[in-house]
Amino acid sequence: MVGIITYGAYLPRYRIKTEEIARVWGANGADISRGLGVFEKSVPDLDEDTITISVEAARAALARRDLDPAEIGAIYVGSESHPYAVKPTSVTVGEAIGATPVMTAADLEFACKAGTAGVQAGMGLVKSGMVKYALAIGSDTAQGAPGDALEYTASAGGGAILVGEEDPIAEINHTLSFSSDTPDFWRREGQEYPSHGGRFSGEPGYFKHVVGASKMMLEAMGTRPSDYDYAIFHQPNAKFPRNASKSLGFSAEQINPGLMVPYLGNTYSGAVPVGLSAVLDVAKPGERIFVTSYGSGAGSDSFDITVTDVIDSDIFDRSAAPTVADLLADKKYLDYALYAKHKGKIVMPE
Amino acid sequence: MGVPRYWRKQKNRYNLIGTMCKTCGSYYFPPRELCPKCRRDGEIVEYQFKGTGKIVTYTIIRTAAKEYDYLTPYVVAIIELDEGTRMTAQVICDIDKPYIGMPVKSVFRKITEEGKTGMLVYGTKFVPA
Amino acid sequence: MREVAVVGVGLTEFGEKWNTSFRNLFVEAGAHALEDAGMGGDEIDEIFVGNMSAGRFVLQEHVGALIADYAGLASNHIPVTRVEAACASGGLAFRQAYTAVASGLSDIVVAAGVEKMNDVDGSETTDALAGAADREWEGLAGATFPGLYSLIAVDYIHKYGLTREQLGMVSVKNHRNGAKNPIAQFQKEITLDTVLNSTLVADPLRLMDCSPVTDGAAAVILCPLDRAKEFTDTPVKILGVGQATDTISLHDRRDISTLDATTAAANVAFRQAKVERKDIGMVEVHDCFTIAELCAIEDLGFAKKGTAGKLTEEGWTALDGGLPINPSGGLKACGHPVGATGIKQVCEITTQLRGEAGARQVDADIGMTHNVGGTGATVVCNILGRA
Repeated sequence: MVGIITYGAYLPRYRIKTEEIARVWGANGADISRGLGVFEKSVPDLDEDTITISVEAARAALARRDLDPAEIGAIYVGSESHPYAVKPTSVTVGEAIGATPVMTAADLEFACKAGTAGVQAGMGLVKSGMVKYALAIGSDTAQGAPGDALEYTASAGGGAILVGEEDPIAEINHTLSFSSDTPDFWRREGQEYPSHGGRFSGEPGYFKHVVGASKMMLEAMGTRPSDYDYAIFHQPNAKFPRNASKSLGFSAEQINPGLMVPYLGNTYSGAVPVGLSAVLDVAKPGERIFVTSYGSGAGSDSFDITVTDVIDSDIFDRSAAPTVADLLADKKYLDYALYAKHKGKIVMPE
Repeated sequence: MGVPRYWRKQKNRYNLIGTMCKTCGSYYFPPRELCPKCRRDGEIVEYQFKGTGKIVTYTIIRTAAKEYDYLTPYVVAIIELDEGTRMTAQVICDIDKPYIGMPVKSVFRKITEEGKTGMLVYGTKFVPA
Repeated sequence: MREVAVVGVGLTEFGEKWNTSFRNLFVEAGAHALEDAGMGGDEIDEIFVGNMSAGRFVLQEHVGALIADYAGLASNHIPVTRVEAACASGGLAFRQAYTAVASGLSDIVVAAGVEKMNDVDGSETTDALAGAADREWEGLAGATFPGLYSLIAVDYIHKYGLTREQLGMVSVKNHRNGAKNPIAQFQKEITLDTVLNSTLVADPLRLMDCSPVTDGAAAVILCPLDRAKEFTDTPVKILGVGQATDTISLHDRRDISTLDATTAAANVAFRQAKVERKDIGMVEVHDCFTIAELCAIEDLGFAKKGTAGKLTEEGWTALDGGLPINPSGGLKACGHPVGATGIKQVCEITTQLRGEAGARQVDADIGMTHNVGGTGATVVCNILGRA
């Protein structure tokens, strides 16, 4: 059975508080924090970007398990902030983990679900016997327009999932997707910041696809929410995943271990991979994980995962890389001016 | 520096791949194709450094070259890797934190970029271990 | 090997010479040297010129031919060679000229140095100077040139202790000397307070610990000792010349705050000159940064490692001290037109030995020069005395 061989995450150290962003725009920070359920978000360092974050997440994954990186036959990096519009992040990752040159690679884009799309592509290559291991990474240094609602949540981070068949730490019982042409959020080529449909992004966007895919998965597996120990949903803020999970019948206890957004913000393509990393940091053999990602544009990928004994065995060492909790705890606050400098929002001379 | 030049040593920068002389057991980073001790008699092989070491000396750069100015003030140090080799690198930490003997470990970061349209150059920096 | 004398010296003013081009800096210095030696120019058999980076500063290579041409010597078709070792380019030119005369290959040889640094903006200059270190493995890592000397300073302080004040006194002393030097870029004395409050460049080095960016040229004329009296009543004899190399990168050195190449070059010069450290009455050292002067004093063998700071504080290196260091004002006060410095140092010691140093005159029979390239990858030392 195809499953997760190892996983890893990386979050930059810097943070900015919702209240600090609100202060600059003359808004009520306390109200916004409460409304979004997001209190602070991660900010990349001046020399970090989607490529560096992807490499660190991949290296964290490889630190946990002894395997030959040359046997990684495919690398997919999903992001909406690839540093090059043309020249893939995935080959730099490959070079930085020793997987080149015998491998296939490509960069993916599907808003916040490009990482999980990569997992599905990787699963296909593994299942068909075309590759032994496939590495799927979702990572972003998301950009929110100054003064826009998304500025409070667009953050930076990434998660790496290595897929294979030999002794997985978690088996992927099933995956399916719900996709449609829905203009809830987009960014035109050459534009600095994304545009979105405001409240349209809610019902016709996030909820339709997340709930749609999740219901399809429960039906396909013949399961009920109570059959799962954990449920991870895409988290553009804390409100959406709480509402979606509740309407499906999942509890707060099930979603909280994978709900990073209150103190991380939305790492876009990294959101579900990081959420899944956080759950795998604590999951025990036999526990079952329900995952539904969401990417604007729009689509959702669902996964039904069961953790195996291997996660606690001596061929896997969870402690060999920082947990998401460790990464969240290691933080340094910035004010808006430094935040703007870090995010390249200041117009510099040529 | 030029595209071919950055590319030629990217594997070394990304992964701390240097060389080692099997004849005398010396380690080299930056990589050397010729062992200074054994010269033509040295058998040189590739070697990947573990990435851990300690600060031997350091300074805080306040005025930098144009491409690095946005990073100032930043710490530059001579780091002695566990294998005994010394190299020069940026240490990412608050400027009042470094000290001689501080343990450090390698991380992957962007080194520089050739303007808005040119190549992005990546490599290894260090953080407190 | 013949004995060699310095029979002519010439210098331009050092500073921001907006009105003087690269080639005219050389012509000016060359003309002064020829006048000093009472020569017309046709006597010259060969020229060596030290220049670090005309290619970056004035987009010009092939500078040997250029300056010989503009000095009016093209039709003489003499050999002209440009040599480079970063800030020791002048030192290299001197040793090459010395070798040409000593070997008998040429009789009258000019050793010159020239650098025009102000035709490009500051960041271009900084980048060009970074080529003195290892571009790929020091520069790319974000180490600036002052940064590298700061790494030396921090190591030195850690090993031997040194107060910030002692380090600053090097600069104060050099400015005091420079104020007496008509060609110096800075002819004003400064206080220790000024040094200690100047902007940090790379901790602990501040702006006033660093030599400036300067345009300038210097030239000396060498000839066999037995012909010196044809050109001057006060010939200066070259007693010993030493040049040495070390690793390009600071991180590969045996000891970060000891310039082994300084010790090696000095030993060669002393061996040839058959004199001892105690016989030296004055030294022009390479104070590209204040810490460099302290290391120089020690690595040349004049003081134990770690003691030069205290000696400076006690006035031992002042004009009226036990061993005057940088009577010219050094690189700090004169300025540091990179390729010219090594030759300027010889001009200073020659002028001193002739008794023509005016307000900064030192009473010494034997002087020494010390010129460093990069963070110590090349060093040239010369010992000179009265003929």
